[in-house]
Amino acid sequence: MHADDRVVQDTDPLRPTQGRGGPAVGSWVWLPTETLQPLIDVLRTDGMRVIGPQVADGAVVYRDLAEAGDLPVGWIDEQDGGHYRLQHDPEAGFFDHVVGPHSLKNFLFPARETIGHFLREDGTWRQVEDLPEEPPLAVIGVRGCDLAGLAIQDRVFLGGEAVDPGYHRRRESLFLVAVNCRRAAATCFCHSTGCGPAASAGFDLCLTEFPGRFACEVGSERGAAVLAKLQEKVPLIACTDSERAAAAEQSERLEQAMHARQRVAGEPAPRSLNTEGIRDLLYDNLEHPRWEEVATRCLSCTNCTLVCPTCFCSSVSEVADLSGDAVQRERHWASCFTLDHARMHGTSVRSSTASRYRQWLTHKLAGWIDQFGTSGCTGCGRCITWCPVGIDITEEVAAIRATSPHDEGA
Amino acid sequence: MSPAECSPSPANSLPAVATVPAGDPWRSHTVRIEGIVEEIPGVQTYDLRFLDQEVAGRYRFLPGQFNMLHLPGIGEAAISISSDPANPQQLAHTVRAVGNVTDALARLHPGDTLMLRGPFGRPWPVAESTGRDLVLVAGGLGLASQRAAIRELARRRAEYASVTVVHGAKEPSGLLYTHEYREWKAAGVVVRTIVDGLPQGTATTENAAGDAAMWDGRVGLVTDLVNELTMLSDRTTLLCCGPDPMMTAVAHAALRHDVPAEQVFVSLERNMACAVRHCGLCQFGPVFVCQDGPVFSFAAIEPYLSIPHL
Repeated sequence: MHADDRVVQDTDPLRPTQGRGGPAVGSWVWLPTETLQPLIDVLRTDGMRVIGPQVADGAVVYRDLAEAGDLPVGWIDEQDGGHYRLQHDPEAGFFDHVVGPHSLKNFLFPARETIGHFLREDGTWRQVEDLPEEPPLAVIGVRGCDLAGLAIQDRVFLGGEAVDPGYHRRRESLFLVAVNCRRAAATCFCHSTGCGPAASAGFDLCLTEFPGRFACEVGSERGAAVLAKLQEKVPLIACTDSERAAAAEQSERLEQAMHARQRVAGEPAPRSLNTEGIRDLLYDNLEHPRWEEVATRCLSCTNCTLVCPTCFCSSVSEVADLSGDAVQRERHWASCFTLDHARMHGTSVRSSTASRYRQWLTHKLAGWIDQFGTSGCTGCGRCITWCPVGIDITEEVAAIRATSPHDEGA
Repeated sequence: MSPAECSPSPANSLPAVATVPAGDPWRSHTVRIEGIVEEIPGVQTYDLRFLDQEVAGRYRFLPGQFNMLHLPGIGEAAISISSDPANPQQLAHTVRAVGNVTDALARLHPGDTLMLRGPFGRPWPVAESTGRDLVLVAGGLGLASQRAAIRELARRRAEYASVTVVHGAKEPSGLLYTHEYREWKAAGVVVRTIVDGLPQGTATTENAAGDAAMWDGRVGLVTDLVNELTMLSDRTTLLCCGPDPMMTAVAHAALRHDVPAEQVFVSLERNMACAVRHCGLCQFGPVFVCQDGPVFSFAAIEPYLSIPHL
């Protein structure tokens, strides 16, 4: 599943791209790997804060990106339950790692955010409106599952009666450079959730990597405008129809390969999730013995909720200055694995690990469907990889399905 | 019925109403404490007014809705509105001092200010139940979430076949709003009270109650009184607020007397930080208590109430 050996041969370097406005929405152009730096420069010159994947502390994480050389070229990740290791692979491209612990959530719904300022003057409290201006975000390297996670968080924060102002502001100005995965980790199961591996919609630009260059699909007017500026620095060559087809085929082949994956002794087991009737399956098994069984392994550490690209629970704390007359309210991530999450009148409604794991899994895969019309799971596999004891959401569902008293026919 | 068999939406037969104010859900408004009434030991009613007249002029609420009361530097708490919806400029909140925020609230004085967001949540189906026998059952402080409905029903008593309030408390000193029962009764509202027990040394029930004239002296469970109600039928709408097990017991008693499950409503209480379906803390099965509730039809919520630690 590495760099493609079918290098597209029929590129005509003299064939110009259309018009002065740059490539149109829906068109494809070639971006040689050397154009990543000018692309970053164009985005930064436009006033955006550019984020991209980089190797740090033994993992690929999203960080502020100024130099294309900081991208994790030549690195791949091996992932399994409770296991993540980076490996050098001389044939690996810029984006042949899969997903690390970070997702778009870390930037659009930050772990800590000020949501209000309050001042007491002459004994009277009032709310003051002075929330900081933030530069627009551009994120390079987002995958199909990341885009699916973003669409799910959009429903949470933008789709209801109330709109979250901070999320809305950041989302409106978000610029996305997506990447089509060329390989999948064993923990990836986006093929079974319908979220990947291809990045099919919701991006401004989308890159499919070939040796030495990327086939770049233009997904939006903003994407076209950025390429128009890039074109002033670097001549851009349009992809032919057959080159576009070759790029699309790369994702299709990976998807087929994911469906065909078989367990191989000594290697991490490939995951998939059977989502058929999953809402009713879980609601009908709220008292299944498996919840107690998984609770003997679950540490209630909250890692799965922190790395999940869609988990949205939060709590609010008060931060006062020394006088007590100036107060900031800070929203921070919360987790259904803590006792505080369901605390009422000094005790927790979900006092056992079994009840908390049940809450997480049934909300993710069933409650979400009622609440937001979509599953809360993208199949990114982060919760499996970053669980310190390797609890596997797909395995837990399969265990319940296999022994569901209400699901004999399914 | 298994949970999966109930409607996939946060199944409520309640009418669609605005369950959140327009605009920034975190935007709050300054309110001043006009008065504080000690209802029972440890429980105060705070009379709040907006400082901004423009905010006051557009603020409306329905019985059963709640506000988020914010004490900057301390925290925020969801408190149901206990005053008459006909006078939304004068907001009463009855609060027991049991935590950080409510303890700090109890240390405030008339003239002090705090912040308020709201109103939030689905109301009691008062307007939708005209012509029916209305029964309101409250355990302890649960009566605070029904007082707005009682005030409205007392005002519009002629539009309902009957209105009955059944209020239970641990002991006579826990009965709320006893000084108002005379007024409620004068408007044609039947008021019945019962206590779980009497403190040691109580010779008679009469000298233990806040208002001896209104105290009928019953000792037992609130379900005992519900079982004795003669008007329970398929023409009854029952509104219940109290601890989860009490509401389940009351609802089952009502069902045994032919009250349809769709006409039994309960008001749930859960931890919440945002009140607008964003913070996730108040989830209960597939619903968010803040916005899908706090008032739910028993038919919709029963499958989840029966699961421990959900």
